[in-house]
Amino acid sequence: MPETKKLSYAEAVNAALRRALDERPEALLFGEDVGKPGGVFGVTKGLHKQFGERVFDTPISESAILGGAVGSAMFGRRPIVEIMWVDFSLVALDQLVNQAANVRYVSRGALSAPITVRTQQGSAPGACAQHSQSLEAFFAHVPGLRVCLPATHQDAYDLLLSAIWCDDPVVVIENRTLYHAGKEEVEIGGPIPEIGGAAVRRPGRDVTVLTWGAMQHRVLEAAERLSADGIDAEVVDARWVRPLDLDAVLESVRRTGRLVVAHEAHTVGGFGGEVVAAVAESGVPLHSPPVRVGAPDARIPAAPVLAGAVIPTADVIAEAIARTVRA
Amino acid sequence: MPETAALLRHFEAMQRIRSFEEEVARLRGTGDIVGSVHLCNGQEAVYVGACAALDLERDAVFPTYRGHGWTLACGAPPRALFAELLGRQTGINGGRGGSAYLTAPSHGMYGENSIVGAGAPIAAGAALAATFDGSGRVSLAAFGDGALNQGAVHEAMNFAAVRRLPVIFLVENNHYSELTPIADMVRIDKLFRRASAYGMPGARIDGNDPEAVRSAVAEAVRRARDGEGPVLLEAMTQRIVGHYIGDAQHYRPAGELEAATAAEPIGALVWQLLSVGVAQSEVDTIVERVHREIADASAQALADPIADPATVLELLYA
Repeated sequence: MPETKKLSYAEAVNAALRRALDERPEALLFGEDVGKPGGVFGVTKGLHKQFGERVFDTPISESAILGGAVGSAMFGRRPIVEIMWVDFSLVALDQLVNQAANVRYVSRGALSAPITVRTQQGSAPGACAQHSQSLEAFFAHVPGLRVCLPATHQDAYDLLLSAIWCDDPVVVIENRTLYHAGKEEVEIGGPIPEIGGAAVRRPGRDVTVLTWGAMQHRVLEAAERLSADGIDAEVVDARWVRPLDLDAVLESVRRTGRLVVAHEAHTVGGFGGEVVAAVAESGVPLHSPPVRVGAPDARIPAAPVLAGAVIPTADVIAEAIARTVRA
Repeated sequence: MPETAALLRHFEAMQRIRSFEEEVARLRGTGDIVGSVHLCNGQEAVYVGACAALDLERDAVFPTYRGHGWTLACGAPPRALFAELLGRQTGINGGRGGSAYLTAPSHGMYGENSIVGAGAPIAAGAALAATFDGSGRVSLAAFGDGALNQGAVHEAMNFAAVRRLPVIFLVENNHYSELTPIADMVRIDKLFRRASAYGMPGARIDGNDPEAVRSAVAEAVRRARDGEGPVLLEAMTQRIVGHYIGDAQHYRPAGELEAATAAEPIGALVWQLLSVGVAQSEVDTIVERVHREIADASAQALADPIADPATVLELLYA
């Protein structure tokens, strides 16, 4: 029976993992430090103790972790692996892009690789250039993968379970700034949601702001501020960038006639460009040109004040929304 | 001494691979097969010997892109393989895999890999699954000498060793990393010695002798099934063709290809068969039977319908 608990985002992820390990005996959980230490962010705490050898630590070997996931998934396991920082996935991208994403298609459906890759990304004070990037567009580009970015405590629980229950490889991108930023009510034990589907986080009339991941919280802040100026922004959380719920985006844009896409990743080659293109191709008429808000072309610097000048702030987002509405 | 019957089985299986590859070369020449194709002529004893030691009902093989021989040795039907190479609907992967990505799980063959060394961690994963499912499955990762310089192989061997996974790492040392001699690419060219760095046994074996391969792999399988963990075997063999069809092999020193051809395993096995009293006519009968089987399979595949573009978007997701 579903019940509601007050949990941090990290605890919501932990609850989802606990449920998956409990209800799916074929589930395995492994990665660097996820077993006995309980994860560098404390997300997997207590799971090794409860589930024993099904939850284990690996060498610092991303290819072995992801390849181990692919191979064990082919044989009926349901591996959930942690790539500690999304930046680290780059050392083993082969196993995701060339291997996992190909398994079903190239074997003509004879094999599948139901793996869940949990990772986290984004900029936080004190992180360095190799621990700050937002790489969802890399994964979203690859047919055969599915990609989601839970931004709320409830989604941290729900989307992860959807991913684990899915029979295809899924990349779940969490955000470490959310892990321990307060507790919220989370319903646990409910039905496993279907893959995909955007969520309207703030209904509005004047402009659609599509976002995903931790950036959503800055977008909501910007939208609240603008409401004092008489601008009523609708904030839509994509949640899944592959498959993108384009219908929900178009439905909103059709009503508001304006589009802003805001993400933490770099604007150039970012997934925001894909959304703008898809909306343009749909032919839904817009009152003003669509706008992308993302990081400019800089590496992500270490000093908080420098990083803060790269990652879009609520001010930057509010300014872009206001410009779009007044254009 | 191995039984004559076993030698004859090896001979037939190796000859089937050789005939298959010769027909592939012909079809590549006529343009019926397109693209890059990597033949395995000269390395047949490795595949046939190893597969004879595996239980392909439960064990899993993860070969390289030079994998036609592995796939045939696992028992996949030649017609479906030809059809795959020819882009036919009846191809074993419906034309989605092709020469370098054949997959035949119902025969214990879990996919060639065109990324050098990438199959090693996947094989470790298959072995990892075995430690949970009680199947007793052993997985075999086969890769070339060049793959020893890939990080994924190093990661896989360490991961398998530390978790005592039932996996066999089998190097097909044909002396060439694609077009470059392995000796130019490593400081220690006894590749099996790397095993000790991971805390697993390693051995160099005669990859031209199917019985030597079978016996070494059989012992590795026994160890793996008994929970004693992985093994690294280095099977010394040779490629008597280019890296790909069309490779002029200018990089091979004078006389080397001739020496490799003189040492190749099928000719050696014929001598062995004759020396234990098998009649030349019996050998000839096998060769003719296999040739006919391969010619028929090729002709049937050529007559099969081309893959249907209308299906191209299917089977991406569950």
